[in-house]
Amino acid sequence: MSTANTTTKNRHLELIGIGLIALLILVVLPVWLDAFRLNLVGKYLTYAFVAVGLVLCWGYTGILSLGQGIFFGLGGYCMAMFLKLEASSVANTKIQSTPGIPDFMDWNQLTHLPFFWVPFKSLPFALIAVIAVPSLAAFILSYAMFKRRVGGVYFAIITQAFAAVLTILIIGRQGYTGGINGITDLRTMWGWDIRTDGAKEILYFACAFLLIGMMFLARFVLSSKLGRILVAIRDKEDRVRFSGYDVASVKVFIFCLASAIAAVGGAMFTLQVGFMSPSFVGIVPSIEMVIFCAVGGRQSVVGAVVGTLLVNYAKTSFSESFPELWLFAMGGLFIAVVLAFPRGIAGLFTDQVVPLFMKWKSARDGATPDATPAPAE
Amino acid sequence: MPKKPPTDLQSPLRRKLLVGTAAASAAAMMSSPQQAFAQTFPTAKVNTTGLAVTDTEVTVGILHSITGTMAISETGSVEAEKLAISQINESGGILGRKIKFIQEDGASDWPTFAEKAKKLLVENKCASVMGCWTSASRKAVLPVFEQYNGLLYYPTFYEGLEESHNVFYTGQEATQQIIAGLNWVNETKKARSFYLLGSDYIWPRTSNKIARKHIEGHLKGCKVLGEEYFPLGHTQFNSVINKIKLHKPDVIYAIIVGGSNVAFYKQLKAAGIDLSKQTLLTISVTEDEIDGIGGENIAGAFACMKYFQSLDNPANKKFVEAFQKMWGAKTVIGDVTQAAYLGPWLWKFAVEKAGSFDVDKVVAASPGIEFKDAPEGYVRIHKNHHLWSKTLVGKARTDGQFDVVYTTPDLVEPNPFPKGYQ
Repeated sequence: MSTANTTTKNRHLELIGIGLIALLILVVLPVWLDAFRLNLVGKYLTYAFVAVGLVLCWGYTGILSLGQGIFFGLGGYCMAMFLKLEASSVANTKIQSTPGIPDFMDWNQLTHLPFFWVPFKSLPFALIAVIAVPSLAAFILSYAMFKRRVGGVYFAIITQAFAAVLTILIIGRQGYTGGINGITDLRTMWGWDIRTDGAKEILYFACAFLLIGMMFLARFVLSSKLGRILVAIRDKEDRVRFSGYDVASVKVFIFCLASAIAAVGGAMFTLQVGFMSPSFVGIVPSIEMVIFCAVGGRQSVVGAVVGTLLVNYAKTSFSESFPELWLFAMGGLFIAVVLAFPRGIAGLFTDQVVPLFMKWKSARDGATPDATPAPAE
Repeated sequence: MPKKPPTDLQSPLRRKLLVGTAAASAAAMMSSPQQAFAQTFPTAKVNTTGLAVTDTEVTVGILHSITGTMAISETGSVEAEKLAISQINESGGILGRKIKFIQEDGASDWPTFAEKAKKLLVENKCASVMGCWTSASRKAVLPVFEQYNGLLYYPTFYEGLEESHNVFYTGQEATQQIIAGLNWVNETKKARSFYLLGSDYIWPRTSNKIARKHIEGHLKGCKVLGEEYFPLGHTQFNSVINKIKLHKPDVIYAIIVGGSNVAFYKQLKAAGIDLSKQTLLTISVTEDEIDGIGGENIAGAFACMKYFQSLDNPANKKFVEAFQKMWGAKTVIGDVTQAAYLGPWLWKFAVEKAGSFDVDKVVAASPGIEFKDAPEGYVRIHKNHHLWSKTLVGKARTDGQFDVVYTTPDLVEPNPFPKGYQ
């Protein structure tokens, strides 16, 4: 079987996979689950955005980022800042010393809105910022690194450091950011109450459609010429550079794209969960997001989404059934996955299930010309 | 086999009920006290909002971190709540119904708290939830409790600035913990200068703000020499200790939390600051923390709380004995643990007064509810959902316990939005 043939086959598989995911999250889950569980799935789906981004930059380009929480968090914070300002109207905050500013600023003796909060009174600005701020951060970080040809483990460490720095900054400047409590008690978006069950359902579908859109975007990038350059960079970066490609720019682009996708997830998270806190920005959540992607299979967009859903489902159900032991169960699950199928669930599928299916199919195709197939014994 | 009716007749309702049943001729009603309760308080009547209440059982939630960094602090609260629930069940339950609890792990992660709170309210329909410890976790679950009209009993002393229809605060808000202690140290130790320290988050900052306003505005001739904050988990206190040595404040006022305490008190001792000569007042160290700090490192320091394990009263002796019987003889009981123990009891009293599990009725019945046999003494629910309680000052001993050196003569009124202190 030629390689080209396999690639087309895999592409078809991937399309079927996306179709199945769409069926699952748009039809099956909404019908099957109650409002509370559906909202939980909505939360998991926001992590899947990060995993899709990681497939692009880690699975295909070989850039391991242990700081995707930065971009998820920045996107979430941009959204939260807008929502918080809307919730902090003068009428809602009249018990404060300075009405009209978010409650945590008042607790920290701030008497006016800091300048960088002011533009977030506008929803269009906030929506642009959700993409622009994390992309800019990703650009600065990756441009500085990749232009100097810093890559691999060093880059992973630097993203981690950056995540730690940002967390400390947010916690330390609590008057401006809400500190360790985060930005809580978000209520409405342009007067639309986001806390009702109806609103949660609409946000769930918005999130699901956006995720499917991002999966197609990722597929589009990967199946383009750019996608092949990405794989080439992953496998032999120097050769691509010697062939005349500007490797650094390609890497910067894909890293920014992955970050922007993560940021959209962060904004959807804020909308669905109703708050944002530094616990999504730090090192631990960032690594957790890499694990979601690894469990699903880092070279498959579909696998990453499935992995995210499965791991989070396991996390919730283990912790509900065994509140005292669940962390051990999670640890065991990760070890088992990494030992048994290092390419994740998607790898398990393409390596084991697909060949079996092919064998069965070719056996059947081979058998059809026979008018009377042999008895099954 | 008819169950033997319990002999102790603590609850006024039980007494009323027994009078009622005696008057009734039906012998069948005497067959089981629970059945009798169920007939006096039919489920349809005591639960009109679809909570998890059956003829024999009522479900409550316990929501604390039992994994992650906060587990060490929150375990005591979980233990206290389970003890209170089992004691209530032994004495006949609430309106004839046994309490069944569902425990969830907040995992020291605020979003997880919000997720689990929602689960307890929406899926399990818990009639009330005992839970949370840090302010961050409370802030995360607060919108959930308000949206689904749940009921939360929150045990930790905290910064105030909050008053929710759906929350009862069984710990002290900041002014209850701070003002009496500062007055005491000002009068008995003739303290005139203070150095304020804290971990860097909302509770220490708000508390120090109140302390500073009180010192500068209400205590004659007193001043604050310095105020500093350290990130959570900070372990290098040498530079601030040098500053303290330079300024020689009459009082070090410390609101350092968690593991940082261990480093702080050890380094104080190593720097030659003798707490028997240098007055140190803290509002963040209980018996639980001393377990980690080591009694010899902190002996002589003063803590301002509303409860100490060494408190000498019959109710507390009984409580400590029952607690250690259930959780081991070496377990220590700190201020928050005792406050957590109050939660299920205060809820029980309010439910019985309301004659209903409905959240709005319980909330309406709560102001004025008294707990006369509370381990800390007598407490009463204020209409702002906090507790009237006394403030104590304790002096740390080398064995990790405190000697109570001062008790406010009266109950201190809770005031979560103190005028002039904001």
